[in-house]
Amino acid sequence: MPKLSDLLVPAPLRKTPKPGESGVPNQPAPQDLKDNPPERPTDYQRLGQQALEAPIESVAWIDQRLATSGFLTGMLFRKVPKGTNWFYTLGSATMIAFVSQAITGVFLAMFYTPSTTQAYASIAHINNDVFLGQLVHGMHKWGSSVMVILIFLHMGRTFFFGAYKYPRELNWVIGVVLLILTMTMAFTGYLLPFDQRSYWASIVGININGTGPIVGPYLSDFLRAGPELGATTLSRFYAIHMLLVPGAIIALIGAHLYLVMKLGTTAPPWMKMDKPKVAAPVAQLDAGVEGNGAAPSNGSGPA
Amino acid sequence: MNGADEAPQQRVKPDPPGYFEGESMTRRRAFTIAAQGLGGIAGAAIVLPAVGFAVAPIFHRGKERWEAVGPVSDFVEDTYRQVVFTETEGIGDAGKTTAYVRKSSAELEEEPGKYVAVSNRCAHLGCPVRFVEAAGNFICPCHGGVYDFQGKRIGGPPVRPLDQFQTRVRNGQVEVGPRYSVTNQMEPVRARDPGEFTGGIWEYLYPPRPSTFPAP
Repeated sequence: MPKLSDLLVPAPLRKTPKPGESGVPNQPAPQDLKDNPPERPTDYQRLGQQALEAPIESVAWIDQRLATSGFLTGMLFRKVPKGTNWFYTLGSATMIAFVSQAITGVFLAMFYTPSTTQAYASIAHINNDVFLGQLVHGMHKWGSSVMVILIFLHMGRTFFFGAYKYPRELNWVIGVVLLILTMTMAFTGYLLPFDQRSYWASIVGININGTGPIVGPYLSDFLRAGPELGATTLSRFYAIHMLLVPGAIIALIGAHLYLVMKLGTTAPPWMKMDKPKVAAPVAQLDAGVEGNGAAPSNGSGPA
Repeated sequence: MNGADEAPQQRVKPDPPGYFEGESMTRRRAFTIAAQGLGGIAGAAIVLPAVGFAVAPIFHRGKERWEAVGPVSDFVEDTYRQVVFTETEGIGDAGKTTAYVRKSSAELEEEPGKYVAVSNRCAHLGCPVRFVEAAGNFICPCHGGVYDFQGKRIGGPPVRPLDQFQTRVRNGQVEVGPRYSVTNQMEPVRARDPGEFTGGIWEYLYPPRPSTFPAP
């Protein structure tokens, strides 16, 4: 890893310089402190100095109690393989799309009424009367399509780069669950405006659920909360859309990211492997060659 | 560690802490089982009511509902009259549904003196079908399902004939009641959702739901 400039690294994370390495040249010791007393800072200067250090001191105060700097350093400055490219940003892009959905969703919920008689009117109120309401609603509406597109592109990247293979199978499984949850969000969110399109699309979607043998009919009764689409259906979809599934998505994104950090990312398949380092021949080890020559892992042994 | 003169003896496993002679279970183990059991009971006390609350509507059947849709003189044998009535109460227009009603016809070998109410819910995926007078057929706008005059499937993706509603006459008014589905032989069965086959083995693969009314 190339050395990062100290300006980019927060002070608590900086490596302490080794003796003689710091940029300050060694000052000659003063001959006589009585003849040349060091300048004492005034109270104001000391206060100013303390004020300057306050932000970093408070960060250090928290870090001493949380001990997160090691984790943060490992996470932010972790090594990535050669050949990492723009395709590797699709996962983060999907997450940003989710964050956008979460934020706009929270603000839409402040104006939305999940009642069959008022839902459409409340959406119309958001679009027509609320300041920037049409923009926020549009961000949520179009952002949902963006998130579905991005999650599929991210899945395709993982598949075609072979990044689902050992030891990352579990992360693939978590990703598939996240895909299903995202589709659940798209399905339950579609009903909420309660206009003709969302009503009939939800009827068709619930009936497709019902075509599964044996459990299908009960599943569609569960989704509708009864034999017909009714008042409870809308509030049920609303609760699933804004409470149940987002919580599960947040938890699983956490697990997904943890595994990415734990296992690291893969190099693209077109990258050649580094030349393998040659270990010392076994005979040499048996002979008990003195010094470093016995260590096979340092790569400096004779080929 | 002890003197060499001591005879080598079998190593005895030391009693775990809190163990008393003759006990079948240590205190630690008893407390572990008790704590896990209590945790399980507490978890079940939270989860079971929530799950029951969420799945209860599957087993709940609402009140039987009949609504008058017009005097008997409004309905004839050779064509349908479209009526709109409330199927689900309390949700305004979204709870309304459409049926096509006619008098039963002797030509089609139906029981005389009855009224037939055909639901406009397509048996494919639930879009609204329309009765096209000129063709004498029901046609679905979504995926091209076509039904004949009686509601039997004659084309497109639907899996069974159109649903019907029970009918009766009260005070000279035709009333429509609960929904039911029919097999391809026009035998009434309990209401199924669109997309589900009826009759024969399908009655077991798509079992009737407790939330629907028995077939007439």
